[in-house]
Amino acid sequence: MTHEIYAFLRGPMVWISLTVFLGGSVYRLASMWRLAKKKDAVIFHYISVFYSLRSLLHWVSPFGSLNMRKNPAMTVIAFIFHVCLIATPVFLSAHVILVKESWDISWWWMPDHMADLLTVIVIGCCLFFAGRRIKRPDVRYLTSVSDYLILAAIAAPFITGLWAYHQWPAFSAMMLLHMASAEILLMMIPFTRLNHMLFFPFTRGYMGSEFGAVKNAKDW
Amino acid sequence: MTKHSVTDVIGIPDEGIDKGAEKLTPEKITRVIRKLLDEEGGARLKVYMETCVHCGLCSEACHFYLSNDNDPKFAPAGKVKQTLEHIIKKKGKVSVAFMKRACEVAFTECNLCRRCSMYCPFGIDIAYLMLFVRRICHRLGMVPQYIQDTAHSHSATMNQMWVKEDEWIDTLQWQEDEARDEIPDLRIPLEKPGADVFYSVIGPEPKFRAQLIYQAAVIMHAAGVDWTMPATPGWDNSDMCMYTGDQEMVARLKKVHFEAAMRLKTKRIVMGECGHAFRSVYDVGNRLLGWKMPPLRLMHALEFYYELFRDKKLTVKQKYEVPVTLHDPCNVVRGGGLHEMARHVIGETCTEFIELHPNREHNYCCSAGGGVINCGPPYAKKRVIGNRVKAEQLAAAKAKGAKTIIAPCHNCHGGLEDIVKYYELDMEIKFLGDIIYECIDKGQPED
Repeated sequence: MTHEIYAFLRGPMVWISLTVFLGGSVYRLASMWRLAKKKDAVIFHYISVFYSLRSLLHWVSPFGSLNMRKNPAMTVIAFIFHVCLIATPVFLSAHVILVKESWDISWWWMPDHMADLLTVIVIGCCLFFAGRRIKRPDVRYLTSVSDYLILAAIAAPFITGLWAYHQWPAFSAMMLLHMASAEILLMMIPFTRLNHMLFFPFTRGYMGSEFGAVKNAKDW
Repeated sequence: MTKHSVTDVIGIPDEGIDKGAEKLTPEKITRVIRKLLDEEGGARLKVYMETCVHCGLCSEACHFYLSNDNDPKFAPAGKVKQTLEHIIKKKGKVSVAFMKRACEVAFTECNLCRRCSMYCPFGIDIAYLMLFVRRICHRLGMVPQYIQDTAHSHSATMNQMWVKEDEWIDTLQWQEDEARDEIPDLRIPLEKPGADVFYSVIGPEPKFRAQLIYQAAVIMHAAGVDWTMPATPGWDNSDMCMYTGDQEMVARLKKVHFEAAMRLKTKRIVMGECGHAFRSVYDVGNRLLGWKMPPLRLMHALEFYYELFRDKKLTVKQKYEVPVTLHDPCNVVRGGGLHEMARHVIGETCTEFIELHPNREHNYCCSAGGGVINCGPPYAKKRVIGNRVKAEQLAAAKAKGAKTIIAPCHNCHGGLEDIVKYYELDMEIKFLGDIIYECIDKGQPED
């Protein structure tokens, strides 16, 4: 039974999750594009590549905006979190080997102890964000159950991955949970608030264009 | 600074909201909201609502939040939560009581100043979302009474203050008469075709502050500007309909304004020192009429003054010696980038300038903008309590010696006057035009 589940998660489910993630992302972007054309045609007249990039560049640089400078702890943690969140799965040796075995392509991977560290950082950051949601009254006020679920969904593949790698008790079950939770997370991206991964360049870029090209002002 | 409880600023009775609510049923609300979401709720609304991760990084951008002791209800995203988030989640199935509160949030707890868009990492336009709520309220017929009255005035008279056509002309001639005591050959040219400058003002200028028209005429005369004002509707560039959610009226108003300038074949529109009017003419009304940018060259007074000094059209006789500070109005700074020009003019006319902190794009709103002051006396205290940080900011400049606050915007003037009085700051508030009028060589004949 375990083996069948493993085979499913390792085989078809990978394709399903990748398809939902990529297809879903393309669908979300395309349908939003269509909706914008239909009801917000104004966006296309005002969006400017130069001012979009000007704004984006400030907002993807650590401390590039005043608000980031005013909240140094949040800035550092948010940047480290996002870097580790993406770098860990992409450059994990076990993942690179899996891809190598399947399609015979590979890239640089990081030493395992480094991956361990990055994983712990991601989990730590999730705890920080959860703590921030509980502790800060304004954030607590905004928070709904789904916000905690999203944090849990992000932390899950990292916790289970760490567990499985170190072969702590019941690690083979953890391995299954690891694969399943990662696949779920991937599929969640286009359809939850995680979609900021897709829409961030557009929302920021549009605000940058409005401020830069029309209002002659900075937006950072 | 004096402290107040926030509980006495929520749930203020307002005939416009209360009487409007009496006529509503939940079914009617649902029908109106769904229709509006369907017709006007496009990609921007959808993306903004679905992308916000509830991080709270916008909170500290808002003067209402900061001034009300970090009460989460006043955080920008908190206001969205109390209004649109619930409306969209329930697909418009919300109660009358809910809509009353939503109306209060959107009209009296947000100045649409857009400071939070500079603090949100994603650049979510929360002012746009609050305007969407106001649009819903407008369609539901529940708008605070005072601002709705000015919107009625706009639709009946094409100006904000129920000024009749003959009263307008009469006021200009009266000011011309007054000014000719000081400068005998001064004119306020009415209906002069082909003039370089079409000068437009807001309704309250002829109504309450006619001396500003006098001053503008003196500045135009001293600089030798070829200018005119229309004798027809279209002289008023103000626009409260933009803030009540009445976009159809915004388009009508701006059309009349642009057409008056075009009928006279003037080269450009110069506007008096008003922020919201600039937003309406430069950024909003033109779009509603299908113009990407205004159909003819448009200048706010700040830019016009800057040009007059840069081209040495005005000479300063005696600089203003009282130490000044500058309040950067949202709509011409965050919405027009005119902050350095303002500083240039201050440099030309004043001996000592002390910056407010934060300043330029990051300045705090006066809490009067976005139509909040126009919601009238019921909300005056709330607006002033909701901007304690502005009082603290001004007090810090005062401690460094600033005695005069320059606020190149009508709404800012009103808002800051209330703040200065309430917090006993004892500072004087002036338009930049007041300072220029005092300082320049007016070209009076020698006695």
